[in-house]
Amino acid sequence: MAYSEKVMDHFANPRNVGEMENADGIGEVGNPKCGDIMKMYIKVDDDVITDVSFKTFGCGAAIATSSMATELVKGHSIDDALNLTNKAVMEALDGLPPVKIHCSVLAEQAIKAAVSDYYKRQGIDPTPIVGEIHDCEECPIE
Amino acid sequence: MIKRIYADNAATTKLSERALKAMTPYLTEIFGNASSLYHEGIESRKGVDKARETFAECLNAQPNEIFFLSGGSEADNWAIKGAAELGAKKGKKHIISSKFEHHAVLHTLEYLEKHGYEVTLLDVHEDGLVRLDELEAAIREDTALITIMYANNEIGTIQPIKEIAEIAKKHKIIFHTDAVQAVGTVPIDVKELGVDMLSLSAHKFHGPKGVGALYVRKGIRLPNLIHGGAQERGLRAGTENLAGVVGAAEALKESCEVMEERNERLVKMRDKLIDGLLKIDRSRINGDRTHRLPGNVNMCFQGIEGESLLLSLDLKGVSASSGSACTSGSLDPSHVLLAIGLPHEIAHGSLRLTFSTENTEEDIDYILSVLPPIVERLRKMSPLWEKIIKEEAASQQK
Repeated sequence: MAYSEKVMDHFANPRNVGEMENADGIGEVGNPKCGDIMKMYIKVDDDVITDVSFKTFGCGAAIATSSMATELVKGHSIDDALNLTNKAVMEALDGLPPVKIHCSVLAEQAIKAAVSDYYKRQGIDPTPIVGEIHDCEECPIE
Repeated sequence: MIKRIYADNAATTKLSERALKAMTPYLTEIFGNASSLYHEGIESRKGVDKARETFAECLNAQPNEIFFLSGGSEADNWAIKGAAELGAKKGKKHIISSKFEHHAVLHTLEYLEKHGYEVTLLDVHEDGLVRLDELEAAIREDTALITIMYANNEIGTIQPIKEIAEIAKKHKIIFHTDAVQAVGTVPIDVKELGVDMLSLSAHKFHGPKGVGALYVRKGIRLPNLIHGGAQERGLRAGTENLAGVVGAAEALKESCEVMEERNERLVKMRDKLIDGLLKIDRSRINGDRTHRLPGNVNMCFQGIEGESLLLSLDLKGVSASSGSACTSGSLDPSHVLLAIGLPHEIAHGSLRLTFSTENTEEDIDYILSVLPPIVERLRKMSPLWEKIIKEEAASQQK
């Protein structure tokens, strides 16, 4: 398994965990069959993600990447959040075992899904801005 | 430092003091090649012979029916490929096994399928047990081999081996059992069971790693496994793993000596743990509770994933195992849990705790104190659990 200390830290003490009341956007990716579901909640004020939280069903890496992704977008603009890559999440965690890379992809997609939901609630078509959300069925697992 | 509790004895066990003590001279002063005719060789030969006799005594076999190998996987491979080759000579190319065998068996069968053999895998049902009538029904004119594991490595269910052997005998079919999880754990008498071949592995009963054996009933002539020497009656060449087989024999002897008392203790511990964990909402025990290895607990906790459960337990000092996809290195959860009919999402949340003579009741109490809060914590952050609870509430309102 060999997770980095940072992964274990975010697994044991996840940041921003829990449901959010009155969220402005909620995104959910993954499915129970694969063993990973990530749900992200965002609060948006003037195009800035002022608050973010998550709930995750999944392995240690799934929980740690969710936690790290929320840390990386909190207080940042929506644009910054949409530019968040799975690689950035991985690097911030000092790397992931190769079989766990898909967890970081899922975390990236979960953020995008939450932003997408936010736009929908605003009456804006999210697809041109956010792009397609790649869910579990098609996630690029090697 | 927190106290560690090792609860993964189905994966491997700690080498026993007695086994280590028995091995030590063979790693130091007694070093001869057992095939050599001078003093050092003769000393080594005595060690190998004595080890074979010990194995034979413990299993109620003849010494020349015990073949020392590198482990359980090698034993399974040889038994199955060997029996397949024997069958093919008579035009028989059909093999019966079960859906939840160890991969050493299943992958060997897949290999044979690619080489023109046909394989029927018996259902193991929700209780993790094969049905004798289904076995009878699967038998064909060209069935060369039946291979059914003695006890399952994940859920610990014990198959009706004696009855299967009777059926195989009636139809004149070779019967092999992978008894890797059973030998040293429960009493095994190959004659009473009536099996033709039986695989075992020393590190599962406090022996050293890298040592296994195949019992092959007299009268079955397996083809050579390794060419190049007279060892193992010429069938498996290679200088004997002298210290290994000596240690394995001592560990087996010790296991058989302490078995009755130990199992009485383990069964109590196991049942206490199962009963305690079943108090957790939406938990389940996997596999039949009575036809089960004394030290095996395998549970599922809905709404959470097995690897995060393992990591959390590890942080509390408990070493366990899971059949979740994340621990199997593939996308699918354990084939064993799927074989007993669990849906993927439940199979992902499995936990296996396996105990040995080293464990105590305090270990059980400790696990019972740390595990429920871990399950609760993981469920609290699980969107799947949230869904389950909402659906439950909705169905109750109806």
